[in-house]
Amino acid sequence: MERDDLIEYSLHAHHDEDKGKVIRKKIYFVTILLTAITVLEVFLGAVIKQDASIWPLVKWTFVVLTLLKAGYIVIVFMHLGDERPWLRYVILVPYFIFILYLIFIALWEAVYIKGVLSYFS
Amino acid sequence: MGGHSVQLDQKALWGGKESPFQVSYGKMMMWFFLVSDALTFGGLLVAYGFTRHDCLEAWPIGEETFNSLPFLGHGYPLLYVALMTFILIVSSVTMVLAVEAGHRMDKKGVIKWMIATIIGGFFFVGSQAWEWYHFIHGSEFGKVELSDGSVAIVKGHFGEIENFTVTVAGSHHKKGAVIKEDLMHTFQHAAAAGHIENGIITLHDGSKAKINKAEDHDLTLIIKKSGSRYKSDKEHRMITGKQAHDLYYGALYSGESNRVIYGANLKQNEYGPQQYAQFFFFITGFHGFHVFSGVVINIIICLGVVAGTYHKRGHYEMVEKTGLYWHFVDLVWVFVFTFFYLI
Repeated sequence: MERDDLIEYSLHAHHDEDKGKVIRKKIYFVTILLTAITVLEVFLGAVIKQDASIWPLVKWTFVVLTLLKAGYIVIVFMHLGDERPWLRYVILVPYFIFILYLIFIALWEAVYIKGVLSYFS
Repeated sequence: MGGHSVQLDQKALWGGKESPFQVSYGKMMMWFFLVSDALTFGGLLVAYGFTRHDCLEAWPIGEETFNSLPFLGHGYPLLYVALMTFILIVSSVTMVLAVEAGHRMDKKGVIKWMIATIIGGFFFVGSQAWEWYHFIHGSEFGKVELSDGSVAIVKGHFGEIENFTVTVAGSHHKKGAVIKEDLMHTFQHAAAAGHIENGIITLHDGSKAKINKAEDHDLTLIIKKSGSRYKSDKEHRMITGKQAHDLYYGALYSGESNRVIYGANLKQNEYGPQQYAQFFFFITGFHGFHVFSGVVINIIICLGVVAGTYHKRGHYEMVEKTGLYWHFVDLVWVFVFTFFYLI
């Protein structure tokens, strides 16, 4: 039975060869970027030791670079950048609210527990 | 209902037919699933951070723990994980190229790139299996408890064991026999069980043998847990040269059991606190399972592409949906790589 109430949204994403070339160019650019970031991370991790005074800066660099990588994967590879803004918000906003809360509460608690443990040991 | 109703413009009403997000049901549900799965992984990584923060012992350092390459041995910090990351990024790229080919209704292109993605996925799963094997079996030196109760990990080049020469006969080996098989395995088991005393190993059959072994090079002890004499602070934690050699073999050849630990499992762990091994197995295992199921789903969808199912449908949205899952697996690895291996 043919249904007439289905809208094939995927047809909107179809494109021709010329547009494909532009899209592929972007994909290759992101590939090179992600690889370069990974190489940089490994280089920093191998060269700078964890007891170096500069380490906290390196650590935060890792976090920023990771979020950058994640952003490119989600927005370009997963095409979230091409979706409706409200779909983006529905996916990202609840996630960030919850995960930031979780990180905050877990690390805060862990530091406190460590204090208790070292007091009694 | 009484009264009169206001006639609204149909354009202002959502009649329930169109999706407010302009995506199909399947794609939206895939996104919602990925959000929930991302929360699971987020929870695991946060639990890892929690444990690491409240741990009193020194936490293992990625580049000291993962520094091996297949066929090349030790001394390559993080290169193998970097390679794994690269493999996964490349397979993510081939997947997005398959999706792009699908948007042009290029069936051959979709098949080509999906097969490349599947091969990349198998490479990644295989690499993870190798890493698990290596993690479980551990280094050649192991983690050693020194005479003062301090605990150290060991770096350097392990001198090869040439043979065992039997000096006291047992039920199986005769005196003077030279054993040349399974040396490393026997040696490590005996060392952990405390069956080596002053360079004389007691074998399974009760015979005793002399260990003939080449010299180690660049032996370095890194103290991880302070004892009464050797401390784990920054200035004193490295011990090198003859002192390192004497301390290490003093422990190994003491004849006491559990002075040395090789590798990791759920009960003991060469690399650091026990929770570290638990988290390693759980997080990388859970991720590896995702990769494996992703490969299986990719194969199924690829067969669908070959059969022409999606071409007949007029669009390759199924490829896009498995693509979402596959990119998500890559996304998780980016975080595991940073928080488990780098920091």
